[in-house]
Amino acid sequence: MLYREAGQFKASYAEDARIFPIRQDRIGFWVLMLVFGVAVPLLTNEYWLKAILIPVLIFSLAALGLNILTGYAGQLSLGSAAFMAVGAFAAYNFMLRIDGMPFLVALVLAGLTSAAVGIVFGLPSLRIKGFYLAVATLAAQFFIVWALVKFPWFSNNSSSGVVTAQAVTILGYTFESPEAKYVLTFLIVAFMALLAKNMVRSSTGRAWMAVRDMDVAAQVIGFRLMRTKLLAFAVSSFYCGVAGALYAYTYIGTVEPEGFNLDLSFKILFMIIIGGVGSIMGSFLGAAFIVLLPIFLDNVVPALFGDALGAGFVSNFQLIIFGGLIIFFLIVEPHGLARLWQIAKEKLRLWPFPH
Amino acid sequence: MKLKHTILLGAAVAGLLGSAVASADEQFIGLPSYRVGPYASGGSGLFGGWIDYMQLINERDGGVNGVKLTWEECETEYNNARGVECYERLKKKGSTGNSVFQPVSTGITYSVLDKVAQDKIPMVTIGYGRTDAADGRVFPWVFPMITTYWSQASAIVNFMGQKEGGMDKLKGKKIGLLYHDSAYGKESHAIMDKLAAKHGFEVIKIAVAHPGNEQQSQWLQIRQAKPDYVVLWGWGVMNPTAIKAAAKTGFPREKLIGVWWSGAEEDTIPAGPAAKGFIAAGFNVAGANYPVVADIKKHVYGKNKGNMEDKARVGSVYYNRGVVHGIITVEAIRKAQEKYGKGKALTGEQVRWGFENLNLDDARLKALGATGFMPPLKITCADHEGPGKVKFQQWDGAQWKVITDWVDSDRPLVRGMIEESAAAYAKEKGIKPRDCSKES
Repeated sequence: MLYREAGQFKASYAEDARIFPIRQDRIGFWVLMLVFGVAVPLLTNEYWLKAILIPVLIFSLAALGLNILTGYAGQLSLGSAAFMAVGAFAAYNFMLRIDGMPFLVALVLAGLTSAAVGIVFGLPSLRIKGFYLAVATLAAQFFIVWALVKFPWFSNNSSSGVVTAQAVTILGYTFESPEAKYVLTFLIVAFMALLAKNMVRSSTGRAWMAVRDMDVAAQVIGFRLMRTKLLAFAVSSFYCGVAGALYAYTYIGTVEPEGFNLDLSFKILFMIIIGGVGSIMGSFLGAAFIVLLPIFLDNVVPALFGDALGAGFVSNFQLIIFGGLIIFFLIVEPHGLARLWQIAKEKLRLWPFPH
Repeated sequence: MKLKHTILLGAAVAGLLGSAVASADEQFIGLPSYRVGPYASGGSGLFGGWIDYMQLINERDGGVNGVKLTWEECETEYNNARGVECYERLKKKGSTGNSVFQPVSTGITYSVLDKVAQDKIPMVTIGYGRTDAADGRVFPWVFPMITTYWSQASAIVNFMGQKEGGMDKLKGKKIGLLYHDSAYGKESHAIMDKLAAKHGFEVIKIAVAHPGNEQQSQWLQIRQAKPDYVVLWGWGVMNPTAIKAAAKTGFPREKLIGVWWSGAEEDTIPAGPAAKGFIAAGFNVAGANYPVVADIKKHVYGKNKGNMEDKARVGSVYYNRGVVHGIITVEAIRKAQEKYGKGKALTGEQVRWGFENLNLDDARLKALGATGFMPPLKITCADHEGPGKVKFQQWDGAQWKVITDWVDSDRPLVRGMIEESAAAYAKEKGIKPRDCSKES
């Protein structure tokens, strides 16, 4: 009833090509942006901002990066956490070694460093595919973390290999309060998500999808495989790198290479599988699911069963429920949460008179 | 049906939030525990011992001067991001907020290092964490108590000197350092190099990649180099693997000396008979025949309020380490109450004062029933570490046997390194060290 597009006409090419062709979607989008950009930092408390919303945004960005590579260009990767590590340590070193380095420039440089490393580790993708490529990217995961521990230069000779992020200052304003950090993260993530959305709608994205669907056919019709695949690796690593730098600067504050281990790479992979492979929105939904559900369970399960089961079992029980829910969602909707949203939209258009 | 479930769940969550409001004479302690994940075997023992000790204080003494201790666990899975979430979740709980944060994870320690100073919550890191935080002038909110990795390395070398019959006998000896290839393992390098230069022995550093369940090439290297001692700076599955590999290559277990994260029942029992004779350092000892542990058995397990599911682990190394965490936490609260009012719930800032003025001398340890259980401890404004002593225990095939008294570390050397490193940190972060003569 409310969600009906009757009477909305597209009178120009610009209107036809917009991201949200339906007016209700546009309104919904702006409402969402206002809620998360303005209302949330004003109304929620420190705990929500620091411990929940900022990590969800940052992991969404990392998942978005992996989604570009895996979901759009079809190249399976298990190195996302390592590219985050490159971004975090690159940003740290740019800020440390160049006097007066502006934070946003360091962020872009960190992304570019990560992209360069991504291209190097993307080279095997020209020859190998699928699971074999996943194994090759696994090398990136181990090599990068090893290198960051091995060479003390990266962590400025800190005895424990841990680096502490410098203060974030933009145009003389220091981002210290959780609200300020949240807004900064939100703006960067929103901007990069918009960029990604437009990238996948453009010829670049179409090339990626052509390669994903059948690379021989894509080559025959004139896409340069090397360029397309390496571009996907570069863009994906850029996103992961920026996410890693944000992880260090607006979230945790101190980072160590071991924090970016294989577990985190898998977590990011699960985010896009749960959220929706090949969907920008799915990256956000998946990140929210994977980050929030364990915290929710840790709050609810001990309160409900804590007395009866004992602390050790409760902790394991949470993991059992978490795993069970993942399997449940994959059975109900193998294409991820983003697909559920699409189905809901289809139904909404006909509601309340389906037939 | 579905709606009903949602409402029930919502009510449960609301009830949870409501229950956080406690009465005024309760002292809240947030526990960022890990009972699942790779280090769960250690975590469950340690947090079990800690909770049991606090339960003992509530049951036997009715709290600290009448202030009951309350606590809540938050599962971190030994993961930094989850640890930060737990820190934020726990910090405002209870009537006066979280009294102390003890993450029992070096990664989480680093992640909340700046936050504890802003939120005015003391952080206690016993036997892990940032070593140079022992300089209390630069790190007023962090307490790496009892001993640090650097003190431990120095104490191990002193122990070897004792065995050889004098520190001068170490000259020309070869000491292998089999370390976990991570930030944790590399903490050993700088101090071992300094000690080697001072005493004239040679250090052979051999890295083991995480998780360390494959050490053939490393032990081949050890066999070729023929070191007089090997220090096992391990973690998790790396320890039993190393002990077994030592047995296989014929390296005497009496010359294999573990650090405190290598010296628990969880490290020796999986290695089986190969572990017999293995020696490890520890800032607490194993055993259930100390009065404090006996009291826990009587007052807590006697009333069926114990936290351990496997009661046989009461008195194990990790369990007793948890009791040490409990003793230090409770004694700091007691000390702070002397200044800020007995029988009152204290804020984190007030408890911090208690930690900084903590003095567990022999008489106090005797009163607590912990003589020989942990070293006497005195904390000052400048020195947040304390004694820096460890005891050495040897595995006799079934249990740990204490074989030394408290072994000292080379305090001037370690303290010099700590001050140098802390000063570098202060310079990088623009911190002005406190003047300890002005602290009360």
